[in-house]
Amino acid sequence: MFYSVLTLFVLSFIGFYLGKRKSIKLSQNIKLASLPSYYGYLAMLYILIPTLIAWFVLLVGENFVLEKYLFLILKEFLISMSGSEVQLFFIKIKNLSEGASFGNESDIELLGAQKIIQFKNLFLLLTYLVIFLVTAIALYLVNKKISPTFKSQRHVEKIVNLFIQLCSYVAILITVGIFLSLVFETINFFGYVNPLDFLFGINWNPNKAFVIDSSDVIDKDILKDAFGIIPLMTGTLLVVFLAMLVSIPLGLMSAIYLAEYAPKRIRDISKPVIEILAGIPTVVYGFFAALVVAPKIADLGEYIGLDVSSESALAAGLTMGVMIIPFVSSLSDDVIRAVPQSLRDGSYALGATKSETIIKVILPSALPGIIGSFLLAISRAIGETMIVVMAASLQANLTINPLEPTTTITTQIVTALTGDTEFDNPKTLVAFALGLTLFFATLLLNYFALRTVKKYREQYD
Amino acid sequence: MVNAINTKNLNVYYRDQQAIHNISLDFLKNKVTALIGPSGCGKSTFLRCLNRMNDVIDICRVEGNISLNGIDIYSKEIEVEYLREKIGMIFQKPNPFPKSIYDNVAYGPRIHGFTDKKEEMDLIVETSLKKAGLFEEVKDRLEDMGTSLSGGQQQRLCIARAIAIKPEVILMDEPCSALDPIATSIIEELITDLKKSYTIIIVTHSMQQAARVSDKTAFFHLGNLIEEGDTSKIFTKPDHQKTNDYITGRFG
Ligand SMILES: Nc1ncnc2c1ncn2[C@@H]1O[C@H](COP(=O)(O)OP(=O)(O)O)[C@@H](O)[C@H]1O
Ligand SMILES: [Mg+2]
Repeated sequence: MFYSVLTLFVLSFIGFYLGKRKSIKLSQNIKLASLPSYYGYLAMLYILIPTLIAWFVLLVGENFVLEKYLFLILKEFLISMSGSEVQLFFIKIKNLSEGASFGNESDIELLGAQKIIQFKNLFLLLTYLVIFLVTAIALYLVNKKISPTFKSQRHVEKIVNLFIQLCSYVAILITVGIFLSLVFETINFFGYVNPLDFLFGINWNPNKAFVIDSSDVIDKDILKDAFGIIPLMTGTLLVVFLAMLVSIPLGLMSAIYLAEYAPKRIRDISKPVIEILAGIPTVVYGFFAALVVAPKIADLGEYIGLDVSSESALAAGLTMGVMIIPFVSSLSDDVIRAVPQSLRDGSYALGATKSETIIKVILPSALPGIIGSFLLAISRAIGETMIVVMAASLQANLTINPLEPTTTITTQIVTALTGDTEFDNPKTLVAFALGLTLFFATLLLNYFALRTVKKYREQYD
Repeated sequence: MVNAINTKNLNVYYRDQQAIHNISLDFLKNKVTALIGPSGCGKSTFLRCLNRMNDVIDICRVEGNISLNGIDIYSKEIEVEYLREKIGMIFQKPNPFPKSIYDNVAYGPRIHGFTDKKEEMDLIVETSLKKAGLFEEVKDRLEDMGTSLSGGQQQRLCIARAIAIKPEVILMDEPCSALDPIATSIIEELITDLKKSYTIIIVTHSMQQAARVSDKTAFFHLGNLIEEGDTSKIFTKPDHQKTNDYITGRFG
């Protein structure tokens, strides 16, 4: 495997060398249409691309062909087995072929392992054969094409261009794929639960769905008020609201300080330091919230005579607020600094003080950008999972009291997908519906955030 | 003849680099004084000293004596905000705030607490816009953004904004350099109009403009004041060869 890749690259370099040599030889008599090295690159690409594709196809196909082959030669033995037994058998002999032996293998298993080894060797040979064959064809083609008038540079550019395009499509395709799988599973889920019950239901109790497992009959009436997303929405909004209560004032004030008052030296140090807050792994915030913040809040509540749950929304919200301070401060700092000096000068020249200038000219001018930074921070907060998983509870309370336990959409997605639930159960499928809801919410927020920021940029460019 | 502003032995440095060399120059009340000279000779720097706008630039250091109506502008008696209330400034590039036309003009009066009655503020805005010759063009859309006006209108809005706080002196730093010829001639007429009530100091790179609008002219070169005097004299028989070279377009 490693050697086959190595061979491939060595061959492509040889191709490069041959192509270049031939064109140099040609160019002794006439001037070529492109630089000699481009003929080399072309030969290289002609070899590399088809062989890589062939190699990749072989690699992917190997397992498939192997299993077909094993079925063929071990037919009499496998015919009596059930599907999962066959899978188990294959795994065992594959491990065996790689040397993982327990000494208690049956003859048929040893035979199977032996066949696998034989097959793999054959397959490797085939791989080399294909690589060399493709190389030979490619070299032949390039050799035929190389002539003084052949514009190899343009061909190389075209291939590179194509390759780059492909790379960008991969990212897009993956996004679309994720989105589609979300949509399909959500549609599946809506086969069990009415979308209206999902979107407007006020009871969240997915454990009711377990009833299905025992009877195998789906009682839609029971599911009717098991998957209401409203309590999760309010929980999410509550936590996000608390987080913004922390991050907006702190973030905005520090942005104003950094942009307008801080000497350059302090700014250069503090800005990256604040940004580190966003770089701390969220799981660290999570246990910080659960082990430090939540108990402290509970203690404090007890002290002043309030009944505070140890898994309050407050603890999760406050901690999350600290985490997203840099989202607000960093972007706000940028937009505040982007307000043109001429506006500040205009205000100072009218006898305004620094704080008057900041409040009456700079902040209003930067407002769209600042709001954009808030929206980005909110969308980050909505999607935040780890902190709430660790610090908020699993209890879906329809409440706006920050001292009570609440749960959020992300927490429930995690709960739905952990543990051993089957994928034909609404309790599991609901994760996709929740995910899709979240996806749309953050998409919308991001859209408006970026639009306001952009509008702001246009104002001064 | 009364002086509105006196400067004496003025030296200005950006870090170690000296931009103004020992300049002493006085400005007559209710006259227009033009500062001319090749670019980089320190005209803007000099102008910004007069309302202490150089305070905003950390690396800038000003030495020497500047007084407004005989009072040192760096003395404790004068707050920098009060000084800038008395000495308004118009910049090279129109810089209206991204607020309504009304709010742009009302900005200064509000900051300095001129009035909190709506009718009085309306009146201040109206008279300021009228003095700046902009009222007729914008009277029906005072709530529109100041930034939505044309360049020439924006510059007149800035003038209205400056005179709304009733300054004694108006500093103008190449106020027409971003404007087309028609807008320029409107502003020039306005300047001639305004000098009845204000002392005006205008930096310009246009010889014709200096000749048209100013009573006095000062010629700067490499941070030095080469020559000053009546505009008619500077432009007809200057004392210095350099001045002559500059106004005849031999350099600059
Ligand atoms: N903010 C500044 N920082 C450093 N040097 C400056 C600054 N402003 C102006 N200067 C320098 O001071 C000199 C005078 O500039 P300026 O007053 O803008 O000239 P003018 O307005 O006559 O074109 C120039 O050499 C310029 O490079
Ligand atoms: Mg200048």
